[in-house]
Amino acid sequence: MTKKIKNLNLNFGPQHPAAHGVLRLILELDGEVVEKADPHIGLLHRGTEKLIENKTYMQAVPYFDRLDYVAPMNQEHAFALAIEKILKIDVPIRAQYIRVIFCEIGRILSHILNVTTQALDVGALTPSLWGFEERETLMTFYERASGSRLHANYFRAGGVHQDLPAGLEEDIEKFCETFPKILNDLENLLTDNRIFKQRNVDIGVVTKEDALDYSFTGVMIRGSGVPWDLRKSQPYECYDQLDFKIPVGKNGDCYDRYLCRIEEMKESVSIIKQCLSKMEKGPIKSQDGKISPPPKKELKQSMEALIHHFKLFTEGYRVPKDEIYTSVEAPKGEFGVYLISDGSSKPYKCKIRAPGFSHLQSMDYLIKGHMLADVPAVLGSLDIVFGEVDR
Amino acid sequence: MNNLTDLEKKINSELTTKINKSEIKYNQLYIEIDKEDLLNVILFLKTNKDAKFRQLIDITAVDYPEQTQRFKMIYLFLSHEFNQRIVLSYFVNENEVINTLTSIFPAANWMEREVFDMYGINFKDHPDLRRILTDYGFEGHPLRKDFPLTGHTEVRYSEDEKKVINEPVKLEQNYRNFDYESPWKGTKYIQDQTENNDKKN
Repeated sequence: MTKKIKNLNLNFGPQHPAAHGVLRLILELDGEVVEKADPHIGLLHRGTEKLIENKTYMQAVPYFDRLDYVAPMNQEHAFALAIEKILKIDVPIRAQYIRVIFCEIGRILSHILNVTTQALDVGALTPSLWGFEERETLMTFYERASGSRLHANYFRAGGVHQDLPAGLEEDIEKFCETFPKILNDLENLLTDNRIFKQRNVDIGVVTKEDALDYSFTGVMIRGSGVPWDLRKSQPYECYDQLDFKIPVGKNGDCYDRYLCRIEEMKESVSIIKQCLSKMEKGPIKSQDGKISPPPKKELKQSMEALIHHFKLFTEGYRVPKDEIYTSVEAPKGEFGVYLISDGSSKPYKCKIRAPGFSHLQSMDYLIKGHMLADVPAVLGSLDIVFGEVDR
Repeated sequence: MNNLTDLEKKINSELTTKINKSEIKYNQLYIEIDKEDLLNVILFLKTNKDAKFRQLIDITAVDYPEQTQRFKMIYLFLSHEFNQRIVLSYFVNENEVINTLTSIFPAANWMEREVFDMYGINFKDHPDLRRILTDYGFEGHPLRKDFPLTGHTEVRYSEDEKKVINEPVKLEQNYRNFDYESPWKGTKYIQDQTENNDKKN
């Protein structure tokens, strides 16, 4: 007797704890083996690019916090750099250090979340409990600098919104002393853990060639052995004056990507330490009154300051007609902004290049031939955040 | 090529007629081409030993409604080998169909779907040209300049029909776009209103 066997179609998500957000993944299964994966995205689409076209440059900044919401300031950074390059304004050195410190804090925030939730997806609960405590500490640093734990709205074209409050530098320094120990504890739990290795080693292997073809950036390409990091290769801000290493993987599997993230966190701590030791008192934003708002104190006495303040918060500053692509090494990969200005105070177009978008696209290629249980492991190591994928 | 000016010369001499304009700005090479030459130019950039633009970073379009050739297509490439970036662009009409890059760069798949979704530009021989970011059954192309910011429809759960339905957008107050750039003439909508009133009178 012959029996007809049909492939099973399975809906993974849109509400699934291991989908890391609102991903609807339609899987075609032959038994437990995945034959095809078709990700449906856009369930968190908010039309960020359209909204930015209708806001002044300063009003557009908060939208960038809402893209990759686990590392908000890294995105603001790309936008601020784009405007600064067109306007040709210099950023004071103290502001550069502050920005680098908060970008690296963002990197640690994002990597802790990713590493620990990946462990959670493959069955380990403890790392996420330990990791989230550290994230909370880091987010209080965000809050003390910008007033907000997540949606910071802190970077401006020409610098940052305000100086660090008293005592914050010392507290970040203290954190840099204690954090490596926590990282060690996490590594003790995971790196040699038999279950964690069984679930991650040789899963989701990406070759060098495919990493290039599928537009992988960040940890996804470094995990496959390509030493490419924009902080080193196309340094922006003061990264060229800092000393740090780029961890590179060997096999391009989920486990190597996990190791890369752990090592990157250690490098980030060292970068923060270097910045803190080099930082000196000084201005934190461009002194050009046409771009940076004046201090509150001056508003009561100076007519010029009052006019600047009024014009900046109604019309905003104008950016000359130009086109530019700027990118930064965000925790998840190359985050870029293609900005087209038309001489008015609103961007004509602002295309956002999100690393997660091209990573998720390769889901079909990565998961083909794997077991159903490997889907969360691969998805976890792609480091997907739907804020930036769906925009 | 280790240096952008050399690369610019090289590209101009090898592709001569295919390059309409080239310029170096912000450490990146901007080139303009014709629609027909797209695949040839990109194959050259990807395979030539002095270019090696192995990575497609992004594809996007820009809408210029007042121009005869309405859309500008933009392609961003990165060469790891020589640490260089190229911005490639060309203009197309509204109803033109353009070649897909999916055979050269698999990563172009979703990027072209996004352009199709947002601008309504069609790609020839694309393996899977569906909408990507907007909702199932969505109509219109949101990033076109003539698409209103508030959209055309809004979604709500209907208690009568026991399902989620789409309805035309109803606003209590029209979306007001304050035009601060010419403060002495008043905002645009007030100008329109006064003009309308003048006509009625």
